[in-house]
Amino acid sequence: MNFFVENLPYILAGISVGGQYALIAIGYTMVYGILRLINFAHGDMFMVAGLVMVYLAASLPVYIAIPIVIVFTVVLGCTIEVVAYRPLRSAPRMSIMISAIGVSYLLQNTALYVTGGLTQTYPTIPWLAKTVTVFGAHTKMVTLITPVLTIALVIALVILIKYTKIGMAMRAVSRDFETSQLMGIDINRVITVTFIIGSFLAAIGSILYFSNYTGVMPTSGSMPGLKAFVAAVFGGIGSIPGAVIGAFIIGICENIIKGMELTVFSNAFTFVLLIIILMVKPTGLFGEKNIDKV
Amino acid sequence: MTELTKRNKSILSVIVCAVFLAAVYIGDMLVPPTSGMRMLFTVLEKGSVYALVAVSMNLLNGFTGLFSLGQAGFMLIGAYIYAIFSIPTAMRDSVYQYFEGGLIKFSVTENLGNALGTVMGDFGVMLGEHIGMIFLMLCAGILTAGVAALIGLPVLRLKSDYLAIATLGFAEILRAFFQWKAAGPITNSSNLLRSYTTYETPLFPVIAAGLCIAFIVLLINSSYGRAFKAIRDDEIAAEAMGVNLFKHKQMSFIISSFFAGLGGALLAMFQSSVASTPFTSNMTYEILLIVVIGGIGSVTGSIIGAYLFVACSEWWLRGLDSGAFLGISAGFMRPGFRKVVFAVIIMCIVLFYSRGIMGNKEFSWEGLVGFFKRIFSGKKKTSEKNHKTNTDKEKEAR
Repeated sequence: MNFFVENLPYILAGISVGGQYALIAIGYTMVYGILRLINFAHGDMFMVAGLVMVYLAASLPVYIAIPIVIVFTVVLGCTIEVVAYRPLRSAPRMSIMISAIGVSYLLQNTALYVTGGLTQTYPTIPWLAKTVTVFGAHTKMVTLITPVLTIALVIALVILIKYTKIGMAMRAVSRDFETSQLMGIDINRVITVTFIIGSFLAAIGSILYFSNYTGVMPTSGSMPGLKAFVAAVFGGIGSIPGAVIGAFIIGICENIIKGMELTVFSNAFTFVLLIIILMVKPTGLFGEKNIDKV
Repeated sequence: MTELTKRNKSILSVIVCAVFLAAVYIGDMLVPPTSGMRMLFTVLEKGSVYALVAVSMNLLNGFTGLFSLGQAGFMLIGAYIYAIFSIPTAMRDSVYQYFEGGLIKFSVTENLGNALGTVMGDFGVMLGEHIGMIFLMLCAGILTAGVAALIGLPVLRLKSDYLAIATLGFAEILRAFFQWKAAGPITNSSNLLRSYTTYETPLFPVIAAGLCIAFIVLLINSSYGRAFKAIRDDEIAAEAMGVNLFKHKQMSFIISSFFAGLGGALLAMFQSSVASTPFTSNMTYEILLIVVIGGIGSVTGSIIGAYLFVACSEWWLRGLDSGAFLGISAGFMRPGFRKVVFAVIIMCIVLFYSRGIMGNKEFSWEGLVGFFKRIFSGKKKTSEKNHKTNTDKEKEAR
């Protein structure tokens, strides 16, 4: 109990960060489930969404800026898919991964050029930045909103995947790419929808994540991106509930480690977790078993 | 001219190599430190380091088919080992100012220099320092290889994407370790390591990288190299033919890390100060992009790619940052623009020219002759000059 009370601020922060990672992780896990591609650019898209918000909020009221940011991120995500991944659909997997790394490099360098390398102060969204007290620990409203919003969005997403036609198509494509194509599923449409959903969630995640921090840097997307990917692997790649649970676990553990004054290892811990899970159960918590065929 | 015997070809290679090295030496003596041409030597030094690291990465990614992204972590180990053991004793207090002079109280290069200095005077000091440098570089490589052997045990059982992300993760863990406060008396935590012994002539990195690359080429052409390629092409078929998968993967991983560590030590010398912050996954990505530009599975390609990459990012595209490039000047050319243009070029290569400069072929004299024949037989002489400079650079690897 003592441990709980002492660490309450960290646990709260952990739940909040975990929710934000979850929103990014879903983008990774869905793209990986369908294209078998680690979309290295996803974390950078998350950063770009943050930067766009900074620039828009400078001239527009926040409530107009938020929808524009979301639309922009979705368009960016689809553009990346069409320009960088679609031409390589039949290429070896390594080429697509390299293309993803190239896009990530491009987005980061563009952000560096636009911002001039300076940290941009994230605008305060009045309602999210309000301070509240939970069990005697002071925290921002966004900390409480994040898990609720995350879970609501995930439920909506699961319903979409389970009960709609496009959701069924997505499940079919992730099961077997070629057969589903033979069954008359428009692969490109499914992939576009995947990227729309992924980018949409990343944009929301970015608004929540950066509300908690003071600024956006061109490199501030890569670490959350990698962690979200680890979360996706941890939960079993391709599984949405798995990604969410993995993200919460990583978020909470990371913040408790920060509380123990081992901050330098908070990033490393994520990867230790990754390596342990890959050793013990390579398919993750909820992943399906893959069988290699000759 | 058309038919070159094998003997003539090797003589030609040796001559070109010697001429190149002599040109570097004489050029280094003649060009004054203030001249703009000094940039050429910076590119040559950094390019050699990157060429070595890129070739070592190519050994893994291009020749063994293991998509590993841990190169920056291995370079970090190498750079630190070299720097830690070569800071002169007198400088230790100021470098490790937050850690009471650090734990290690000796400097390999200094001690060797002094020891030989008492016997042979000034020449002995220089000789001792160089022996120390080479010894430390080898130590850096060996220790890095040791760490890689440990990492390889769990990681190499993973398949493509998982391997990539796990090696990336290990690189990140290594970086966190070097920044850890408790390791500060040795690694100086997140502060700079500086004032250690470095080389004086650009010949040093060029020759060092050249020798290492030559070793890798020999390895690739040996029976081990053929086993690596067999694993790359089809793991299951290779295993069926009696190739011990894990042993060969582990071997390729360790050797690649050895040279990455050595490259890290060279990079430390080039930069003359080391901090762990730049050794992020972005550094690995840059090296990977060099490999892609040069052509995955081509050693000479990686070398050309490294020099082109370094020359573009450090020298040729500089004008884009300062606002004047090829006579064009515009307001949008402000610092950082160079990197955007560069990234766009790289994306174009990845998308439309995915074989890279050399594909999976190696440089050969016949290829060069054929190239010029094609140019003179009617086509425009556009890229001749470019090609000429590139081929010069390849020579040193031979």
